Amino acid sequence: MILNSKIPQGPLEQKWDNYKKKAKLVNPANRKKLDVIVVGTGLAGSSIAASLGEMGYNVKSFCFQDSPRRAHSVAAQGGVNAAKNYKNDGDSVYRMFVDTLKGGDFRAREANVYRMAECSLNLIDQAVAQGVPFGREYGGYLNNRSFGGVQVSRTFYARGQTGQQLLLGAYQELMRQVGKGTVQLYSRHEMLDLVMIDGKARGIIVRNLDTGEIERHAAHAVVLATGGYGKIYYLSTLAMGCNGSAIWRAHKKGALMASPSWIQVHPTSLPQSGDYQSKLTLMSESLRNDGRIWVPLKADETRLPNDIPENERDYYLERRYPAFGNLAPRDISSRAAKERIDAGFGIGPLKNAVYLDFSKAIREQGKEKIQEKYGNLFDMYLKITGYNAYNEPMMISPSAHFSMGGLWVDYELMTTIPGLFALGEANFADHGANRLGANSLLQASVDGYFIAPYTIANYLADEIHTGKISPDAPEFETAENAVKKQIQDFMDIRGTKTVDYFHKTLGKLLYDYCGLARNEEGLKYAIGEIRKLKQEFYRDVRVSGQGDKMNSELEKAGRVADYFEIGELMCYDALTRNESCGAHFREEFQTPDGEALRNDTEYQFISAWAWAGENREPELIREPLIFEEIQPTVRSYK
Amino acid sequence: MDLHLKIWRQKDKQSEGKLVSYDLKELNPHMSFLEMLDTLNEKLITEGDEPVEFDHDCREGICGQCGMMINGIAHGPLKNTTTCQLHLRSFKNGETILIEPFRAEAFPVKKDLKVDRSAFDRIISSGGFVSVNTGQAPDATAIAVTHQIAEEAFDSAACIGCGACVATCKNGSAALFTSAKITHMVLLPQGKKERNERVLNMVTQMDHELFGHCSNTEACEVECPQGISVLNIARMNYEYGRALFFRKK
Repeated sequence: MILNSKIPQGPLEQKWDNYKKKAKLVNPANRKKLDVIVVGTGLAGSSIAASLGEMGYNVKSFCFQDSPRRAHSVAAQGGVNAAKNYKNDGDSVYRMFVDTLKGGDFRAREANVYRMAECSLNLIDQAVAQGVPFGREYGGYLNNRSFGGVQVSRTFYARGQTGQQLLLGAYQELMRQVGKGTVQLYSRHEMLDLVMIDGKARGIIVRNLDTGEIERHAAHAVVLATGGYGKIYYLSTLAMGCNGSAIWRAHKKGALMASPSWIQVHPTSLPQSGDYQSKLTLMSESLRNDGRIWVPLKADETRLPNDIPENERDYYLERRYPAFGNLAPRDISSRAAKERIDAGFGIGPLKNAVYLDFSKAIREQGKEKIQEKYGNLFDMYLKITGYNAYNEPMMISPSAHFSMGGLWVDYELMTTIPGLFALGEANFADHGANRLGANSLLQASVDGYFIAPYTIANYLADEIHTGKISPDAPEFETAENAVKKQIQDFMDIRGTKTVDYFHKTLGKLLYDYCGLARNEEGLKYAIGEIRKLKQEFYRDVRVSGQGDKMNSELEKAGRVADYFEIGELMCYDALTRNESCGAHFREEFQTPDGEALRNDTEYQFISAWAWAGENREPELIREPLIFEEIQPTVRSYK
Repeated sequence: MDLHLKIWRQKDKQSEGKLVSYDLKELNPHMSFLEMLDTLNEKLITEGDEPVEFDHDCREGICGQCGMMINGIAHGPLKNTTTCQLHLRSFKNGETILIEPFRAEAFPVKKDLKVDRSAFDRIISSGGFVSVNTGQAPDATAIAVTHQIAEEAFDSAACIGCGACVATCKNGSAALFTSAKITHMVLLPQGKKERNERVLNMVTQMDHELFGHCSNTEACEVECPQGISVLNIARMNYEYGRALFFRKK
């Protein structure tokens, strides 16, 4: 298979305009004849469902939460990037494009990244028009702050709850369309399979999580905006329900998965405190604007942080990366923390953390100023840990966060299955091997508000003569039966171990062998262990309750079953890439001072994987990355 | 630490529920309340029983999906805290904890501790938005909003829609939730244009959903995890009277 990324002709800054000029349109009278399914109601899902509803298409919107407002975009804290240059500090679309491409370690497509930077300008306008209460200067203009990996202030924020406010803006627009009847909402529904007819995506099979009923829904196009699969590590910053099942089921129906092993480890989460723990909580990266990161100079230090004098502290980020200091990008900061922790300088009860210290900022700016900027984060820290970070440094630690990989999509955000689109974190595009802070809300939003409305219309223009898709088609019947059989199989195992046991074991395995650092031997070992664990799961898992009723354990079982296969693919992906780039750090490929060693000659491509069947080695298809505008350079933040 | 739990178990919407006792031993006080329920469920599953169904997702205090009555208090004893952010160190060793679902006519129980809060979505759907389509917004700087107003709007916009205000209100009123959205929108120039229609529609929908009336006990503010102020309710009442006055006949 040869991948066609469909990048439009012309110079970089004209590609998107050129595409829009030529994209096909659907006559307003014909739009109501066309049905679209949108799975997921986060920033990407809500915004595309609302946009398509506004235009007059029939939209069905699905989410597994009890309300679309709960989607995990709600939890993003720090901000959203836009090259508005309101600070007059030299920002521009081009500079944002360069920062993002470099931040992603030159493993993203130029044209996509440029388009994201370009659309960032419109997103701020859109959100402000919706009433998103962004931080403002006293005179009434929008305020900015800076984030990791850049040297300008281009991040717009709503205190430490930017994701919440952007999501509520999109949710409100979605609910407006629901009120108008252009969008039908199905909350507490989980997609369990994709239905294809004649090679095209034509519908989905869902389970009503309240009643256990299996339903069929047909449409002319299916949009997956289901977020990331970082919860595969069990301990991660993601919500408990985040999963990779929708994209994985689509993958098994023929959509390629790209770069699955690139999962960002966020440097500023709260450290793990015990085995019972269900998740790790993220503290916003914005804290690194004012907080200084350090560990004691002496290993196995027993003194309290405030008793350790200045000259016995190692501000290792400032030491190693003087130009960016505490604002070094996430992959660099996470690895630097791991390096210090592994070397025996970790702090806290489990020696698994580093300090994030605000004493200097409080001394210089006053407690009130810090309170205004980060008050809710300090409150959250107090609630979770019982410590007051105004009086002593926070303890932070790296944890699994954002999946840069996902379904392979072309420039139109269409997967290799015609009519199946993937938006936001569910696709692989734009971030490369490392996502810069505050680009996640941006990518999800622009995909849904400004890109997919054009590209989906371009696809649907050829569908107006198709007529209604019938959910009675035999393909729906087959898919429904397969889903029902899988549920029955889970219920019939009646083993002795809980679903969470398997999830935790898999997560630990991945963290140790396909986490912040990987090597060939470890990855090969992990593949074997994952296969064994999967066999044990199908032999010994216990799903209590009934298959045709509300049943949280059954929901989790389906997701963990998919995680085994995703985890295996992650290891294959990491194994084939004999280089270090962004979130992927292969121990065999590093410089003498421990920095990532990229190999552009051999690995300047996107790895897209085809499903070859259970326990079979997946097939790798390469999409070469061609850089016309800028030439890849060694990333240096020194 | 050891805890004795009394948990509301209810098979489905139609069935009658009852309190069931469970004992948990040697719990870590740093464990969150939901992790304690996870631990209980692990035990129930391995012993062949059905686990307790409860709603939760982000476990960071921001999605609003979790929520239950703990010793008669929505989200438990800590102020301005969701259930997921409550930790066992807030309880005493050997304590008996009563755990029930949020109770309100407009929030029917689905199973155990899960309730149906979709009435909130329908209130938003009736007017809790700015009518703006995609791709036609003016430049963000064209609408200046002072720092003070943006911060005030944010204070109201911060509502997470968990429903604690309703559950704790003796009338089961949604006045705090609805008024927070009305206030957020009316403070900002973008939302002002539709103020009359919005407040009339949202209040009508709120009544339609069988939420009770507000009788100003202010219990909602006390239990709100986000500290949303009852002054929002005063503003909603003002906006409602104003809208009635200016309503086109």
